[in-house]
Amino acid sequence: MSRLSASSTDAVPDSDVAIRLRGVVKAYANGVAALGPLDLDLRRGEFVSLLGPSGCGKSTALRIIAGLSEASEGEVRLAGGGTARRRIGFVFQEPTLMPWASVRDNVRLPLTLARIARPTADRQVAAALAGVELSEFADAYPRQLSGGMRMRVSLARALVTDPDVLLMDEPFAALDEITRFKLNNDLLSLWHRLGKTVVFVTHSVFESVFLSQRVVVMTPRPGRVAAEIAIDVPDRGEAFRTSPEYAAYCRRASVALADAGRSDAAL
Amino acid sequence: MSAPDPDDGQAGTGGGEGGVVRFVLPVLVLAVGVLAWDLTVRINDIPPYVLPSPGTVLRTLVVDWPILWSSLLTTLATTLEGFVAAAVGGIAIALLFSRSKWLEYSLFPYAIMLQVTPVIAIAPLLLIYLPQQTAVVICAWIVAFFPVLANTMQGLKSVDRNLSGLFRLYGASPLQTLRYLKWPSALPHILTGLRIAGGLSLIGAVVAEIAAGAAGAGSGLAYRIAESGYRLNIPRMFAALLLLSLAGVVIYMLLALASYLVLRRWHDSALGKEG
Repeated sequence: MSRLSASSTDAVPDSDVAIRLRGVVKAYANGVAALGPLDLDLRRGEFVSLLGPSGCGKSTALRIIAGLSEASEGEVRLAGGGTARRRIGFVFQEPTLMPWASVRDNVRLPLTLARIARPTADRQVAAALAGVELSEFADAYPRQLSGGMRMRVSLARALVTDPDVLLMDEPFAALDEITRFKLNNDLLSLWHRLGKTVVFVTHSVFESVFLSQRVVVMTPRPGRVAAEIAIDVPDRGEAFRTSPEYAAYCRRASVALADAGRSDAAL
Repeated sequence: MSAPDPDDGQAGTGGGEGGVVRFVLPVLVLAVGVLAWDLTVRINDIPPYVLPSPGTVLRTLVVDWPILWSSLLTTLATTLEGFVAAAVGGIAIALLFSRSKWLEYSLFPYAIMLQVTPVIAIAPLLLIYLPQQTAVVICAWIVAFFPVLANTMQGLKSVDRNLSGLFRLYGASPLQTLRYLKWPSALPHILTGLRIAGGLSLIGAVVAEIAAGAAGAGSGLAYRIAESGYRLNIPRMFAALLLLSLAGVVIYMLLALASYLVLRRWHDSALGKEG
């Protein structure tokens, strides 16, 4: 299966690679394979979506990249080597905020843990909060915010360390559609402004097509790369969401997803 | 707070009405109960050495105030010492257990054993081996420390899995994880444990004092009850009992207040809302 994607993976020169996965496998203790073998190259500054059915291991792949989970086999390389893990921002499916801390303290957490001096940290926190338009809610507590606002706090916390790579694990799945569209737009404009490498895990065809430059379609468990779809659209305004082009890409991705499910069942 | 909170208004009015009813009803029950008590004593002409009237109890409370007050202080001091020992001990042991599974597996069964053995049966033994005051404080500790231990352990284990992952991702040290994640996560549980422990340490102190009183020594309020019983001074028994109950209620309310003040900014239990 991974051979299908060989052309796009092997063509990336080393210096351009932000994250490289080679033969990554995750197996449970009872021997059941959850993921892989997975080969994937992510270019610097690229916005890539991992699209797959529930349980295909796409979240596991993300956790392995972050170092939150160990691969059973294979290799994960991050540009910058060993300390590169610290250059990662992670956004979970839930906002995952500390309910006892104010928005400001939640966003400051990564800096606190890295023992960054208070004045520097305060500046970075203020900038991160401004980036997600939550400056005036710095003193609020998470319970006072709406679901969308909590997710933006979570995003600010991931960005406050100015990471090279942003890993997002179905971050907007629990939100209503209108809030999700708004956050999709916000995320895209952040990505344009900051130029991070983003890996976005989702099970929504529409979200993956709208956001990413490349959609990596995965098979059902154990997840492997079934197909890759380059979304060659530089400008992603609200107009794109309603364009025939968008619909065509969504159809391609849907077909690829369905094919991935079928070919897996045939195996 | 500048954040919108649409639920605030409703919760406020609802809590207000509930608050009045919840205050008036128990007071009403108390009034009816005291009245029935008084009438029973008057109509049947019951002598005070069998059942004193509420008035007699109150009069005794005033007349015997100096001796009862100093006894109350003694009992409260014991309770406080037992409570502080239980709080510090329970939390410290829970923290040790959370660092070492081996320690937890080795010692936790004995913590349970200590908890389920009735303290009234342990007290006489402790009074043989230890100075009286020490024995009494240890009794209060034995009764009170388990809920602190169990709740703190529970709290330390109830840390959000993803938050825990986030701390690992950012390379948090064990001490940072304890300070910024485990301790605040566990705090609501710890405060619940402390609220239970406050009342229990009073019970432990009283049980030990009664055991000590049987040995003919002591100065606490429970000892006064035992002593008054021997002397058939029933009004004083009632007065001392009333003081003990009030002390227990005050201890509970103080701890509930402390819990509210600590958690009011973020925890559901202190927000007076469902969920």
